[in-house]
Amino acid sequence: MLSILFYLFAVVAIFSAFYVTKARSPVNSALCLVTTFICFAVLYITLDAPFMAAIQIMVYAGAIMVLIVFVIMLLNLGTAVKKRYTHGLAWGGALSILMLFITNLFIRRGVPTGKVGEITTQTIHNYGHTELIGRAMFTDFLLPFEIASILLLVAIVGAVILSKREV
Amino acid sequence: MITVYHYLILSAIIFSIGTFGVLTRKNAIVIFMCIELMLNSVNLTFIALSRHLQNMDGQIFVFFVMTVAAAEAAVGLALMIAFYRNRGSIDSDDFNMLKW
Repeated sequence: MLSILFYLFAVVAIFSAFYVTKARSPVNSALCLVTTFICFAVLYITLDAPFMAAIQIMVYAGAIMVLIVFVIMLLNLGTAVKKRYTHGLAWGGALSILMLFITNLFIRRGVPTGKVGEITTQTIHNYGHTELIGRAMFTDFLLPFEIASILLLVAIVGAVILSKREV
Repeated sequence: MITVYHYLILSAIIFSIGTFGVLTRKNAIVIFMCIELMLNSVNLTFIALSRHLQNMDGQIFVFFVMTVAAAEAAVGLALMIAFYRNRGSIDSDDFNMLKW
């Protein structure tokens, strides 16, 4: 059952991701990107990470995509003319296929190891994923959390200054 | 049976598609969306490995990747609007104001 779910959403994610790069109109690209994000959220749920799925939907498919679609609509971009549509397809395709080949080689050859923790499925079901994330965030990762908030503030100020007509 | 390798290979495929889009498209917003695709595939890798190793640190890192992506979206799209005001297009071929 889980494997059927995985393959279904993996195939949908791959095809919609490919259509993001192929669609002539940026609006179609944005819609396919939303499909990919939602497929990823489902895959996060299959990985026992429901909080990550929730913020994937809220942050990516909500906030960031709204921003992108807003800019597309604001700039009023039409569909791309065929002549001014892409850079060299052959070189880009060859390079990305090479990258796919190399990453597959590394994945198939190696064994994923590292610091094994104690967050089992039972622990996640007992405490809840959100509580575990919050506990880790506010104890071990407090300083990066504060830095992230400063980063968001700086980004907001920068966006306001950049899009003001005259400073 | 779905193992961690399935997720890793899926994220490798999505990352390559994102690379293809960044290298071939001309529209700056589509390039931006392909970068988001690459960030998402790395997030999938983080969560799959975090599940595999039964460790929470990878998922915390995904949280920070999302924060940086949001900040990047705000600043990058503001830059695109500013560029569009100057040039009237956002094709990456027109990004040559620093050339002399």
